[in-house]
Amino acid sequence: MEKNYGWWLPIDASAHGHQIDLLLNILNVVIAVLFLGWLTFLLYTLFRFRARPGHKADYHEKHFKLPTYLEIGIVTLEVLLLAAFSVPIWYHLKKDIPKSSDTVLIRVVAQQFAWNIHYPGTDGVFGRVDMKLMDSSNPLGLDRSDPAAKDDIVTINQLHVPVGRPVSIQLSSKDVIHSFDLPVMRIKQDAIPGYVAPVWFEAKKTGNFEIACSQLCGLGHYRMRGFFIVDTPEDFKKWMDERAAEAASS
Amino acid sequence: MTDTSKHGHADHDHSHHDLPFWKKYIFSQDHKIIGLQYGWTALLFLLYGFGLMLLMRWQFANPGQPLPLIGNWFPESQMIGGVMLPEFFYQLGAMHGTVMVFLGVVPLAVGAFGNYLVPLQIGAPDMAFPKLNMMSYWLYFVGGVIMFASFWVPDGAAQSGWTSYPPLSILAGQGQTVWLVGMAFLINSSLLGSINFITTIVQLRADGLSFDRLPFFVWSQFVTSFLLLLAFPPLMAASVLQLFDRLFGSSFFMPTGLVVNDQVSAVAGGGNPVLWQHLFWFLAHPEVYVLILPAVGIVGEIIACNTRKPLYNYKALVYSAIFVGFMSFVVWAHHMFLTNMGTTMNTFFQVTTMIISIPSVIILTVLVLSLWGGSIRFNTPMLFAVAFLPMFGLGGLTGLPLGLAATDIHLHDTNYVIGHFHYVVAPGTIFALFAGIYHWFPKMTGRKMNETLGKIHFFFSLILMNCIFAPMLIQGLIGVLRRMYDPMQYAHAQPAQPLNVFISISAGLLAIAQIPFIVNFFWSLFAGQKVEENPWQATTMEWTAPSPPSHGNFVTPPQAHRGPYEYSAPGCKKDFWPQAMKETN
Amino acid sequence: MSDQGSIRYISHPHPVTGVTNSKLGVWCFLASEVMLFGALFSAYILLRTGVSSWPHGSLLLNVPLATLNTMILISSSVTMVMSWASLALNDIKKYRLYMTVTILCGLAFLVVKTFEYGHKFEHHHFPSTDNFYAIYFALTGLHCLHVIGGLIVNAYLLFPGSALWKKDPDQFRGRVEAAGLYWHFVDLVWIFLFPVLYLL
Repeated sequence: MEKNYGWWLPIDASAHGHQIDLLLNILNVVIAVLFLGWLTFLLYTLFRFRARPGHKADYHEKHFKLPTYLEIGIVTLEVLLLAAFSVPIWYHLKKDIPKSSDTVLIRVVAQQFAWNIHYPGTDGVFGRVDMKLMDSSNPLGLDRSDPAAKDDIVTINQLHVPVGRPVSIQLSSKDVIHSFDLPVMRIKQDAIPGYVAPVWFEAKKTGNFEIACSQLCGLGHYRMRGFFIVDTPEDFKKWMDERAAEAASS
Repeated sequence: MTDTSKHGHADHDHSHHDLPFWKKYIFSQDHKIIGLQYGWTALLFLLYGFGLMLLMRWQFANPGQPLPLIGNWFPESQMIGGVMLPEFFYQLGAMHGTVMVFLGVVPLAVGAFGNYLVPLQIGAPDMAFPKLNMMSYWLYFVGGVIMFASFWVPDGAAQSGWTSYPPLSILAGQGQTVWLVGMAFLINSSLLGSINFITTIVQLRADGLSFDRLPFFVWSQFVTSFLLLLAFPPLMAASVLQLFDRLFGSSFFMPTGLVVNDQVSAVAGGGNPVLWQHLFWFLAHPEVYVLILPAVGIVGEIIACNTRKPLYNYKALVYSAIFVGFMSFVVWAHHMFLTNMGTTMNTFFQVTTMIISIPSVIILTVLVLSLWGGSIRFNTPMLFAVAFLPMFGLGGLTGLPLGLAATDIHLHDTNYVIGHFHYVVAPGTIFALFAGIYHWFPKMTGRKMNETLGKIHFFFSLILMNCIFAPMLIQGLIGVLRRMYDPMQYAHAQPAQPLNVFISISAGLLAIAQIPFIVNFFWSLFAGQKVEENPWQATTMEWTAPSPPSHGNFVTPPQAHRGPYEYSAPGCKKDFWPQAMKETN
Repeated sequence: MSDQGSIRYISHPHPVTGVTNSKLGVWCFLASEVMLFGALFSAYILLRTGVSSWPHGSLLLNVPLATLNTMILISSSVTMVMSWASLALNDIKKYRLYMTVTILCGLAFLVVKTFEYGHKFEHHHFPSTDNFYAIYFALTGLHCLHVIGGLIVNAYLLFPGSALWKKDPDQFRGRVEAAGLYWHFVDLVWIFLFPVLYLL
């Protein structure tokens, strides 16, 4: 089985992840080249111009052309990285929210210290939620008397998605700011109370991964780990059917 | 007609020696005494802030293990049987950041070095407002005491990060209120100080000391003071609003529909948590340039002196410092890329963040090029000043993937961020401050610090700083998140846990590596090699005053006859031509 | 104690900048105050535009009283200038008269504000009631603190501080000018506060 995590980037299991990884790798190379280049020049200069008998400092300014070219090069590189990589990737993630019929719609509501996952069920409509109905057995405050809510599936910390289909999440929080982090999907979005933020991805590998909270949210912040499972289409259907049956019987 | 304001009222010259001890040394209005007060207090706070982190590093490396030897000294609210509680861990985290930034680095860089040296370098007898200067220090002191005491409040110190994001910070215990009150004192201390610096630099420069002849250190303090003057008030406003939310139950930052612990929140709602973030980061981003500008100023002085030649392209250096200061006000929301701001805002801040890297690169390049053609002396201050360059460079470079929003998705709130900013501040600014201490210690005390101990301090600090912060960059790429009480909870963080152990050991060793410095500092105060006014053969005006300068600094007000870095000037017999010296050499 | 005698440009302006130290200092201070109140006004804008409904200030707040307060503050700015002008004309008695009136106007402002706040509290309108009241109390409360600060400075300049007039009239007049600049600023903040909170 392929290892998910090691001593470098986590496995990339998403459709758009390779773009972010490419940008990261380009930057790592740029950083290494510039740093080692500068450092080499620095060490050479320190050695060549060390104080020693018979050697005097040169008062007159030597005009260097290379630094100007280097600066222009760095600026050009930054413009390129912005225009060709970062801005397009960002726009893609913010504007191309999937709305096709095979998109999996999910609501994720963060709280201290768990992730509430809400599926709309076969009718594709999220049931009504009411904060007055919220308690420990009904953390989302789902109003089961609402017909649209009858087939809704609610889990705590169990996020299942099918591989190969876009997943569109409406993210929010009940109490404080959390941050929804799926490292293997290269997805991270702050869950801010009072806001609903859209977050989407498409998984391209199955496996057992995790949800992390990436914004300090209280004393239990470090243990706000959720389970993020990417299923085959069959396993996903099976899981959803099981949950639906549970919901119907309760 | 001569300037009569010099003698416009009673000449206090004679009265200084009749001042009682408490007026001469405690409530002093002399910028040198005040600078030393800032220096001592700040160094103590730096040590304290380092100690807070060492406690955290134990937990990172040995999660859930009792702290040996001293673990049982801590009360049950902080450690049970020597095992750190999450409460205490998060208090340590919030206070480490607060103490280091607001009580340690800035007071040392601006309050100590700035206060001591700026009047001397511009040939002034003191700051423009000596009483205000004294008040600045005491407001800082009181703010520091409040922050220090906050650990003893029920529920402990602030524990919502130094960033204090609501709603968490509104729901937190009393320590957060104490933090806000402490910040109010520190902000006002800083405000009074910045008014003083700006007025002093504009009005009290010696005759002949035009702006294009100012030592670069003074320029860096000048720009820094504008940042402090204009950026801090929004945080003051935000703190007032957060105090209202906490004490009066308002909802500036509390949105409608909050349900905390299954209880519907009783607040009116309608507020916006992101409002705090905007106001906070409006200060906190310029604040990081407050952290770096005095440092590049110090490095500039030491490089010019120890290369025995002028700084390369002084004009570029100054314009870049001014441009950086200006740009620092329009990049703040790069800390907020993940708050769903909207693509236009997001793109704007990515662009400005890329732009601000330009003057930063220019400053660094100019300092490196200043070495070319020099005759380089490798004393301890120079070693620290030179090491600053690649360390600050690496810190700046690692800002690139953070400033681009797409890669920030992966790196936000990971240890990559921690590695990035610590590189700039720790082997960056703090190295520059060490350089400054070794360089100006002779001026302040009349004695030199020991070179051997200094080199030991330098060598081990340089290696260990890199051992601590380079692995954090790797951790960040792995996805390891910051502010994690138990680093073993997440599967993605587990394989590289040995890095945490390595970092913690290095941090402990770094603490030990400061012992040569502390020993050197105190020993040299009493038994260091005695020196005259100008042991480094430097050109700037502070080196014409006695070591240490007496009250009023100069017997006769100096005049500037040339630029600040006339080293190895042609036609000069010696390899330096002091700025205030009239005759040819 | 520092060697105040040799610090230049305390009483006479710098030949190039044209200002004394205290004048430059107070302008720097006012710049920071612009940022302080600017941040609060920005918060007001963000909060108001972030909700679908926001009450009209004129319906909830006492516009006539606030109009009176506006007149009081504007008058006090005039008398503040007059007190400075009296010093320029070497008339210490007139100075005392105008400065006293300035302080009395400031106190009157605070008295009116006390009535306003008292009325709000009686009707159970607190910062916790809603964000309109919260920002109203925050903005006007901070403004009141600044008025009080100004009154303390002015009272100092009227009583113990005025001894400086005999020793160094130029420096004393400079202090009164600096205090006057600050007082005008406090007035100016109110002139923004009044329409924004009470009329919009």
